[in-house]
Amino acid sequence: MELLGFSLPSYGWSTIFGSTISGVFLGSIYALVAVGLTLIYGVLHIINFAHGALLMLAMYAVYFLWNILGIDPYLAMLIVVPGGFAFGYGLQRFIIGKASHGKDEITLLVTLGVAIVIENMALFFFSATERSVRVPYDLDGIDLGVTYAVYPELAALVGSFLITLALWAFMTRTDTGKAIRAVSKERQGAQLVGINVDHIFAVTFGIGVACVAAAASLLVPTYAVHPQIGSLFVLIAFTVVVLGGMGSFVGALVGGFLIGVTEQLGRLYLGESLGVITISVIFIFVLLFRPTGLFGVKAG
Amino acid sequence: MSERARLSGWTIILLTLALLPLYLHSARWIDFLEMTLFVAVLGQGWNILGGYGGQYSFGNALLFGTGAYIQALLQFKFGISPWIAMWFAIAGVVAVGAMVGFLSFRYGLRGSYFALITLAFAEAFLVLSRSLKSITEGGSGVQLALNQDPAQAIATFQFNFAGPFLKEYGFYYTIFTILLVTYAITWWMERSRFGAQLVAVRENEDAALALGINTFKVKLGAICLSSAITASCGVYYVQKFLFIEPGIAFGPSKSVEALFAPIIGGLGTVVGPLLGSVFIHGVGEATKMTIGQALGGRPGVDLILFGTILILVLAFLPRGLVGLVEAVWKRLSGGRDA
Repeated sequence: MELLGFSLPSYGWSTIFGSTISGVFLGSIYALVAVGLTLIYGVLHIINFAHGALLMLAMYAVYFLWNILGIDPYLAMLIVVPGGFAFGYGLQRFIIGKASHGKDEITLLVTLGVAIVIENMALFFFSATERSVRVPYDLDGIDLGVTYAVYPELAALVGSFLITLALWAFMTRTDTGKAIRAVSKERQGAQLVGINVDHIFAVTFGIGVACVAAAASLLVPTYAVHPQIGSLFVLIAFTVVVLGGMGSFVGALVGGFLIGVTEQLGRLYLGESLGVITISVIFIFVLLFRPTGLFGVKAG
Repeated sequence: MSERARLSGWTIILLTLALLPLYLHSARWIDFLEMTLFVAVLGQGWNILGGYGGQYSFGNALLFGTGAYIQALLQFKFGISPWIAMWFAIAGVVAVGAMVGFLSFRYGLRGSYFALITLAFAEAFLVLSRSLKSITEGGSGVQLALNQDPAQAIATFQFNFAGPFLKEYGFYYTIFTILLVTYAITWWMERSRFGAQLVAVRENEDAALALGINTFKVKLGAICLSSAITASCGVYYVQKFLFIEPGIAFGPSKSVEALFAPIIGGLGTVVGPLLGSVFIHGVGEATKMTIGQALGGRPGVDLILFGTILILVLAFLPRGLVGLVEAVWKRLSGGRDA
């Protein structure tokens, strides 16, 4: 293929199909990270710049639970998910909420400050060394013909669906879920009918961090942990959230898969280093031409 | 504060900055002052659009990096004089800034969305500068040849082998001059019609539009001015270090440095970025000197401090250190001149 003077390599269907499948697996990880981000955006109307740093922190928690106590990364979810919720609740209630005086643009900057503090604390205490968890089954998997899927990849795929489903059920079936939706639609109205908005904000933030903690458990068997790992995912998560529509769970899931597949095909055709440009390009185009994304409603 | 108090304040600050290095006479402290002024200029670039205009960019590294790369590549590939290259660098960055501004403001991106698109452009340029090896030399970066001929020091804009005064103070007075020019422009802008319109956009964009202000044009003007100032930082960086690579140019650290100083110092004030930069670097240096030994030189301490200061200032000093200074001044002068 010739395109603007560059010649693109041509591949057989099985190579393209294989890249697509590995894109789906990668996309499920992006979706997992993005689900918590989209929830926080939907309710607090801010981009949580600390999201990547919190993912990194949760990955360290999973790593140390395995390294010191010998707890399997997947079992560690039972500890890091409630821990993540408590941490997120406290962070929003006592630091981010208090420091931002209810102004969206200040909240944005506070979350950036939190991200910088957390990332550099990790650098200070844990150093830049990469640490990885080797589970005994990390190379076992299923042969899909065009590609080979290891169990950690399959777990991330199934996990992303289950977490999105659980969140959806929580938001529609429980009173707290209804209160969250009420606050996201009409902040002042919710306050007038007796909903504690500060509490709901903190609960939402807590759930967002709990999602990131679950994602961390599913990521640790395949990704090495280091202080910068969060920033690797966070820009992609922003793209996924914007593409899917800020605040939409289904959007985060679909957006995650679309970005994962695009990235893998981009790498196949444009090379390892230039391939990731596809993500920035999608990001810019969606922001400019369809800021509500695929499934979002018009921001008020 | 009265205009007279402000003017005397500025005279003291500028005289101190002009004479302090001659008095200190130490390479370590001159390096420290150079870095402080560099961030003060970088911060002013952010402050024009963010502080006065209320448009928070999270990707000023795009402007810094583009300026640095143009400055480096024109010399490296075509042997163009740095004194000519710098005008191309400034013009190129203004063009890039205008493009980002045109697209963002034309499509009405505000708040989080504007922050995200600036971040996305910086990231796109980071990837491009790493991948387009034939243009940018790729991930290993551009290294400029070191000039060892003292007679050529000024012509090559390199002071490492210059005469005794230039060798020691050349780069300090370069960044000091850039600071003088950019702060004078900001001072003028603040008092101009354009500055008033820009503040009106920040305070209430819809109301400004209703009053007949062409908010699109005003924001575009601000991003161009912001770009020109940030470009000068890129030019300075390349001449001082004779090296640029994708991570330094377009990575997130320059974007973050650019917004720390004005927010901590005082958004939408001329002196804010300088005050903020002096404060954070002063605190950083003091920490290194006092407990640096105990910490064993581990990385990260600076940024933990800066991030914490940022959060504390946002929480307790909504007008930054400038607001604090003004409150103290008001109390000392018995509330006579506010």
